Amino acid sequence: MDTNSPSQTTTTLPQVTEPRNPGMELDMQWVRAAQANTSAIERRAATLPGRRSVKKDFQAAWLLKAITCIDLTTLSGDDTANRVRRLCAKARQPVRADLLAALGMDPITVGAVCVYHDMIAPAVAALQGTGIPVAAVSTGFPAGLSPFHLRLAEIDESVKAGAAEIDIVISRRNVLSGNWQALYDEMRAFRTACGDAHVKAILATGELGTLRNVARASLICMMAGADFIKTSTGKESVNATLPVSLVMIRAIRDYYERTGYRVGYKPAGGISKAKDALVYLSLMKEELGDRWLEPDLFRFGASSLLGDIERQLEHHVTGAYSAGYRHPIG
Amino acid sequence: MSVKEIFNTMEYGPAPESAAEALAWLVDQGDRFGHFIDGAFTEPADGFDSRNPATGETLATLSQATQADVDGAVAAARKAQPIWARLGGPGRARYLYALARLVQKHARLFAVMETLDNGKPIRESRDIDIPLVQRHFYYHAGMAQLMEEELTDRAPVGVCGQIIPWNFPLLMLAWKVAPALAMGNTVVLKPAEYTSLTALLFADICRQAGVPKGVVNIVTGDGVVGEMLVEADVDKIAFTGSTEVGRKIRAATAGTGKALTLELGGKSPYIVFDDADLDSAVEGLVDAIWFNQGQVCCAGSRLLVHEPVAEAFYAKLKARMDKLRIGNPLDKCIDVGAVVDPVQLDSITRMVESSGAGEVYKSAAGLPISGCYYPPTLITGLDTSDPLMQEEIFGPVLVSTTFRTPTDAVALANNTRYGLAATVWTENVNLALDIAPKLAAGVVWVNGTNMFDAAAGFGGVRESGFGREGGWEGLMAYTRPEATDKPLNRLVPLEGDGAPADAIDRTAKMYVGGKQARPDSGYSKPIWSKTGALLGHVGLGSRKDVRNAVEAAQGAAGWAKTTGHLRAQILYYIAENLSARAEEFGHRIDQMTGKRHGAKEVDAAIQSLFTYAAWADKFDGQVRNVPIRGVALAMREPVGLIGALCPDEAPLLGLVSVMAPAIAMGNRIVLAASEPFPLVATDFYQILDTSDVPGGVINILTGSHSELAPVMAAHLNLDAVWSFSSTDLSGVIEREAAGNLKRTWVNNGHARDWYARDSRAFLDAATEVKTVWVPYGE
Repeated sequence: MDTNSPSQTTTTLPQVTEPRNPGMELDMQWVRAAQANTSAIERRAATLPGRRSVKKDFQAAWLLKAITCIDLTTLSGDDTANRVRRLCAKARQPVRADLLAALGMDPITVGAVCVYHDMIAPAVAALQGTGIPVAAVSTGFPAGLSPFHLRLAEIDESVKAGAAEIDIVISRRNVLSGNWQALYDEMRAFRTACGDAHVKAILATGELGTLRNVARASLICMMAGADFIKTSTGKESVNATLPVSLVMIRAIRDYYERTGYRVGYKPAGGISKAKDALVYLSLMKEELGDRWLEPDLFRFGASSLLGDIERQLEHHVTGAYSAGYRHPIG
Repeated sequence: MSVKEIFNTMEYGPAPESAAEALAWLVDQGDRFGHFIDGAFTEPADGFDSRNPATGETLATLSQATQADVDGAVAAARKAQPIWARLGGPGRARYLYALARLVQKHARLFAVMETLDNGKPIRESRDIDIPLVQRHFYYHAGMAQLMEEELTDRAPVGVCGQIIPWNFPLLMLAWKVAPALAMGNTVVLKPAEYTSLTALLFADICRQAGVPKGVVNIVTGDGVVGEMLVEADVDKIAFTGSTEVGRKIRAATAGTGKALTLELGGKSPYIVFDDADLDSAVEGLVDAIWFNQGQVCCAGSRLLVHEPVAEAFYAKLKARMDKLRIGNPLDKCIDVGAVVDPVQLDSITRMVESSGAGEVYKSAAGLPISGCYYPPTLITGLDTSDPLMQEEIFGPVLVSTTFRTPTDAVALANNTRYGLAATVWTENVNLALDIAPKLAAGVVWVNGTNMFDAAAGFGGVRESGFGREGGWEGLMAYTRPEATDKPLNRLVPLEGDGAPADAIDRTAKMYVGGKQARPDSGYSKPIWSKTGALLGHVGLGSRKDVRNAVEAAQGAAGWAKTTGHLRAQILYYIAENLSARAEEFGHRIDQMTGKRHGAKEVDAAIQSLFTYAAWADKFDGQVRNVPIRGVALAMREPVGLIGALCPDEAPLLGLVSVMAPAIAMGNRIVLAASEPFPLVATDFYQILDTSDVPGGVINILTGSHSELAPVMAAHLNLDAVWSFSSTDLSGVIEREAAGNLKRTWVNNGHARDWYARDSRAFLDAATEVKTVWVPYGE
């Protein structure tokens, strides 16, 4: 697997490094053949943390990598321009300079900043010149139940406002009622509306009922041109889990093997511990390969993960367990 | 490598588990070990080194047990046994509970020691072996607690000699020791010479738990010590290991009256249907054949893939193989560790290199430069005739071929002398539940593999051995009926030279395949009454008649698939027809035996038929309480083809008591009638003829038991031989049975009360427990 240098991946937009997935015709034979054996998938997910362990300098390096893959996110009703500016400052300098120096690392940034539409402008302004893309959640996030033309218009507005990445939500009802064509058509329309902006398809896996549905929805969104597939909005009662991740990344692998296009993966919601981040990275490494360990193909949708990683890094540097207040909040 | 470099390469790096505590324990013991006999370690004596296969380093020096050591250990166990048994189930439960607790408290020490000694990845010893050991002791603490309440007619066997292999050293110890101790037995255990350290650590734990001295004894050494133990004054031998050695033990214990259970080799099929979750099935193979370097008796080592998905599946599998990490077993990031010993590595290498067939794919993952390693290997495109498809490799080598239909899959899966385990992957519940019962295996895993638990029986059919470990059925191997045995004297035919009792000659033939058959030998012998009158002639059965009868029984395979209800109806019908001719049968018995029990015996035979008709649809399987989301079905399956030497003393009741449970459970049977009093058996086939018994299900031979018994016992198509003959045939039967390791049930010269109600013993003998694991979830 080829690997990008860190300077490339942290300072260039994702679309530069990888040909975009153009999508393909809806292949229902492939979709219907998708299987997902829940108990076997759960066993694999449960044993993976025991099979792979990353220690000492390796752990520190992996945690730094995880930071570069974070979509640092705020999606609250009380978000303000200043709140977003503070988050963006953190995105530019996610780890204390003294810690990075002690680790012998050049500066790093997070993968992107993820906000609602109205916060795009302050975010774009705050990230000017950093190369950090702004991602906007869209299409009637989180439920996706607003009028279809408004959902398309929302994408359009967000792209105009400067969002380089659009996180759309699929209509779960199309999955639950088996209306696969409608799911494909909707995703196609979203992709077209995004233009040059990358599109992440949020499947809201916690609301799809079965892992088989997750596998099918993953395939269809990729066929319809998704650049990333993403687990959840963070607003469902169940968000990213390892079994769901396994199903989605195996779909990505199958899609790559058939089409040659690499689609990215973004687990979102519920990943708050450094240890979890390491498990996700090893899952990507094992099932998809090293190429998927870079921010153009892998993101964590997370708000509190960074804080835990910072504490672990300070522990690695000093040997003493750290405290949250020692690290600037985002 | 700097953090910055790792940030770019994203390698795993080393994640070693410390060996310090385990090595310190060895140093504390002086790095030299004696045996654990009568509660104490003996002085270390001449012996051999125990090495770490990953590095070749010597871990400790062990003693080779002498005859005196083995005798001493058996004597200690013998002395301790009655006291241990009298302690009672609840008393023993406390010790087993303490052992479980202590293993748990020292879990990491045990895990590291196991990995050092055996070479298996620390993940496996830490997450699989040792937790299962704890589970086994906890579970059997419960069994000890319940013994007196639930196993009211069972007593301990006595002193158990236990010989275990090197692939799961402590786990196999637990599988053997926990049930034995729970049921009130004492043990002398011989661990494998490569891997004795955790057994010696366990001995230390026994002392800490205060287990009374002599209850657990451990002697170390090579196969010679094992042979001594087999020959020693023990009541039972439990062996896990190779089929070859199992066969020798079967022959060596023949006729000694020692109970025997064998858990032997396998070449277990791993069947992938086109509708399976292929990625999960690939991952399952990692747990099947690359678990413990493939040194697993039940390893899914024979991959059978449905043709439509074969190409895609192999591609996924090869990609997964390249991702395996092979190396230092103490590293927490390692999937495949070291092969146990250079001898085993040579054996694997030789087997693979001697075969030029198929396409060989080896994992692209690198091997360590030194140490005992073999790369994960896949050989595709093999045919059943290739030795690699038939012989157990016992290493990380997967062999494969494809199949077209479910019927094809079953035929390929069962085309083996072994029958330990099988794995089936399909998302179709109809297919899974149809296939599972058709597979010749003691354990079937659906959509998973290598799942084990103390509550679920484990063991094989065919040449994978007999007996179960785990579950309620596992306790049968460590208990015996409480009743004491009375000796059985040889019954000889009555003599005479008088005139025929019947005016018109009646020709008593044999009964083969639902038809009357003359003896192949062309010889008959007279049967006389007590008064010397000629009652008739019976054919002298020979090996050809056994052959014909077994062939006929083989042809009646459909019987196993009939419903219990149908089999009950036929048994009732036999009883009905026998009842209609009760007087005649009673008279015949009286004539032959010269006694007046005939009427009583016929009545008891009718009762017996009713009893097993009743059982035919009631000897249920169970759902076992295993710690997964899913079910483990303990299914009662017929043993198959049974040969039986009927009791001489109760010519009708004995025959019926043997025949009825066998056919009620779906077996087919070849019966050798009472040797001195055979005519009631030859009358009986007229009853069978009128009772809708399908041809071949019941076959009746007459003649000399000593002539028929060895032929039956050696017949490779019979699955079991039972003998209740008054001729002492136990030794010859058990010896000859070693050929295909068929199940034997012999009387060892002891009498049985045919009027007693003990149908359970017969039902157990007539069935095998197959455990079918079905994890579920959507």
